Formats: sequence, structure tokens, C-alpha cells
Amino acid sequence: MRKMKHAPWVAGIAILLAAPLVVSAQQGEAHIGKYSGSVGPGRQLYYRYCWGCHGFRGDGNGENAPYLNILPRNFVAATFKCRSTPTGTLPTDQDLFNSLERGLVNSNMPSWIALTDQNRADLVAFIKTFSPRWKTEKAGDPIPVPPEPKLTLESIKHGQQLFQKLECWKCHGQEGRGDGPSASTLTDSNDQPIRPYNFAAGSRFKCGTTNNDIYKIFMSGVDGTPMPSFADVVKPDEAWDLVHYLRTLQVVHKSPELALWESTKEGADQVALSKVKGTPTGSGVNQ
Amino acid sequence: MQARVGYLVGIAALAACAVIVHAGPSGGTVSGKVTYEGTPAKMKPIDMSKEPSCAKQHATPVVTETVVTGPGNALDNVVVYVSAGAPDESAPSQAVKFEQKGCQYVPHLLAFQVNQPFEILNDDQTSHNIHPLPKVNREWNRSQPPGSAPISEKYDKPEFIPVKCNIHPWMHGSFAVLKNSHYAVTEGEGGFSLAGLPAGKYTITAWHESYGDQSQDVVISGSETKTVNFVFKAKPY
Repeated sequence: MRKMKHAPWVAGIAILLAAPLVVSAQQGEAHIGKYSGSVGPGRQLYYRYCWGCHGFRGDGNGENAPYLNILPRNFVAATFKCRSTPTGTLPTDQDLFNSLERGLVNSNMPSWIALTDQNRADLVAFIKTFSPRWKTEKAGDPIPVPPEPKLTLESIKHGQQLFQKLECWKCHGQEGRGDGPSASTLTDSNDQPIRPYNFAAGSRFKCGTTNNDIYKIFMSGVDGTPMPSFADVVKPDEAWDLVHYLRTLQVVHKSPELALWESTKEGADQVALSKVKGTPTGSGVNQ
Repeated sequence: MQARVGYLVGIAALAACAVIVHAGPSGGTVSGKVTYEGTPAKMKPIDMSKEPSCAKQHATPVVTETVVTGPGNALDNVVVYVSAGAPDESAPSQAVKFEQKGCQYVPHLLAFQVNQPFEILNDDQTSHNIHPLPKVNREWNRSQPPGSAPISEKYDKPEFIPVKCNIHPWMHGSFAVLKNSHYAVTEGEGGFSLAGLPAGKYTITAWHESYGDQSQDVVISGSETKTVNFVFKAKPY
């Protein structure tokens, strides 16, 4: 009977103690899969591993920043390149976690795979404290990615038409080499010169490696760069056609799309033309 | 007797108030001209040969619009607005239009209020991407092929935002996102008029994308018109 008498008090105190955790769940926490990240450990990790580039205030003005070709991300502005959410919206915790795990290819942001998943979750929680936007806005609604349809030649050809119609070649070039008419004048949002992705070189993308990643890249846009979002103008089923065609532009990267494309005469001719002969600087020439 | 006079005076005072309240458009007006002194840099012709569908729309090449002048040393594309003294206003629901035409932005500077919708239209035969570069508002970047629907957007914080198209690097424009409805953008002879200002002390600011901003204070006591002129120093570059 004594236990029953105290039960309401215990319950009440438990609720009072839990309340701050509920209130701060919006900010100061990150949830990625089964991991919950929190700000305290994240702060320790940030000021050990990250602030040299990203800066004491998280604004991208770290000690190393003046020497970097692509400037470090400014977390205060909260404009992120690699998202699954529409252009202009905040990324999800998973997006930030993925960027930490993968790094950003062809930039100075390394892959932080050496840290544990829990470390990365904690870092995500801390990174979100730099911008006041996370207090007032929620992350964008992730762009729905329908399941990838079967790969067919029609899909690739339709993707080829889209590449022309959407004028991707203006920046990426007809062979996707990053040498389109507008390529040489491109600058990112920090006013630094930037080149479009060179499909023919076949490297991983800035924001991923899979077909799903390509889909998300052009549907969400790469914020902070000239690459816009095409979500307004490409329908989801058409988008997969474009993904399949883009894979055929990666002429040195083996893929089912490239193999299928090369089995046609048109495809084989185009791929043969695309494969680089010689070197861009002439340094490989035998006298 | 005195009470009766007092009574009549009271009624006369009330009548006078009524007259003042119902007199025409309420509040005063601040008007003036924006001019420059010195010699502005020559605007350069734009080479649109990389975009033939736009190049052929211009019989002679257009020039850059960083500094647009009018007769009598008028300075155009200056936003003149009330930066202090007036309360913030909720946005009108009427959208304003920003057009991409002949690979140029029309108007070069679009002024509107916080949370007011604006629509971006592509009247050209080529794709444009619309990429405003705010520092306070959210940055987004959207592709707009020819024939696509207008893009409707708004901003929730006041700011002057440069706008560019990455595909066509000569395209430059600005958005002026303002807190109240008392603003004007100069054109032609450089005149402006801000009407409907209740009595009070105001700071009027004039902003030009290249020549910076200037502010002047003005006091409105009734329905008078006060003249405020701005003179910007032209830069040789």
C-alpha cells in the first residue's frame, strides 16, 4: 500500500525529468536508422576533426579554408549540396550522415568512415546547431523515388532525348565531358569557378555512386552550385530514363546500361568516339 | 452663455476633426529624384553568340545593365524605400512577375514585399536556370525549360538578392525584398513618389546595386509633400 501511495509522485517526477528531453528533441538530436546522435559528444568530435576546415563558428572559415579549391561548407547558411530533399530545403539527418560517411568526391571533404556510426550521428546532431534554420524549419520532404524500372534500350534512348531537351549539354557537353558552351563560365555560390561533372571520366558523383543517387542529384539539385533541380520539369518515370542514359556517358565505368548501349551500333560508335585518346595536356605523348 | 459657447466650440472642433479625417488620400508624400554626378563607366555590349536564339532577338547587341541612366543625369533601377519609421506590413497576395526575355531579366530589378509571391516566367526558346543568391533567405536553384509553367516563390526575410542564370553568365538581376509597401524603383527621369505616409519621422533609403545606398530622414506632419533627392557618385568601373 505504501508503494501505491508514492506511485503518483514517482510518475510525476519522471514526467518532469523527461520533459526537457521531449522539448529538445527537435533540436540537438539526430536520428539515423537505429542511431540517436546528441550534441555533447558531437561537439567534442567537431572540435577535434572538423573545425580546421569548417571553422570555429561552423561558417566554413576554418584555418585551412583559404587554401582549399572548393570552400568548406558553411553550416550557418545551411545550404547543402547532397540532399534527398527539394532545392532550398534542409537535408534530412540521413543526408548529412551519408555525406559524412561518403565524403564529397572531387573535393577536400574526406570520407569519415574511420569514425563509428554513432560518432557520425553525434556529429550530425551538432552540425545542426550552427544554423538557426533548424529551429524554425523542418527538413524538406524527401523526394519520392519510385522503384527503378527494367533497363531497356527504349529507356536509354528516351533518356538521350531528355538530355537534349533539358539542355544538360549546355554545361555537361554533348558527350558529358563537362565541356559544354556554358561550362567555362560557371561559378559556385561562393563565386569560385566550378566545373560540371565529367561523365566520361567515370568518377563517383559528388553525392553518391548508385542509380538512386543520380536520380536524387538532378531532382533535388546540388544547392550552392550551378546544378539546378529538375523536379518541376521531369516526371518520375522519365527521370529513370535519364538515369539510364547518363550511365552510358560514363564510358570508362562498367555498368549494365553501358553494356546494353554498346550492343547497338549507334551506342558502340558513340562510346568509341567518347573514349579519350591522348591526354588533355599532351604529357603522355611519345615522341 | 459660456457653457453654450463652449458647446459650440466643442462641436466646431469635432467638425474640424471630421473634415481632416475625410480629407482626400491620407498622409503625406515624399518625392524626389535620384541622380548621379561624375561619369559612370560605359556599359559593355553583351556577346550572346553562345545562345543564337537570344542573339537574334536583339538587332543590336544589348549592353550590361549594372548602371542604367536617364535624361538629366537620372539614375535608374534605384529602389527608394522607407527603411525606418513605418510598421512592417503583411504581404499583398498579388504576385509580381519576373521575366526571362531575350536572355535578359525584365525588369532588371524587381521590388516586392516579404512573403509576397513572385512569378518567374521563361519567354525564351532556351532553358534558363533561375538561381537567386541570397545570404539571409534560403538559396534554391531551379531549371526552367521553354514552355514550362511559371515558377512561384516567395521570401520571408527582407534582403537585396542578386539573381543569375548559370547557363547564361551575362544575365544579372536583383530582387529587393522589402518590409512595407512604401517603395518605388526609379526609371526614365529618375523620379519617385512615396505617398500615403502618416505623420511621423521616416528614414528614406535609396539603394543601387553598384553605387551602394544612402539614407535621409524626413518628418511628415500632415498631408504635405516633402522633397528628398539623392545624388550618387558615379564610379568609373
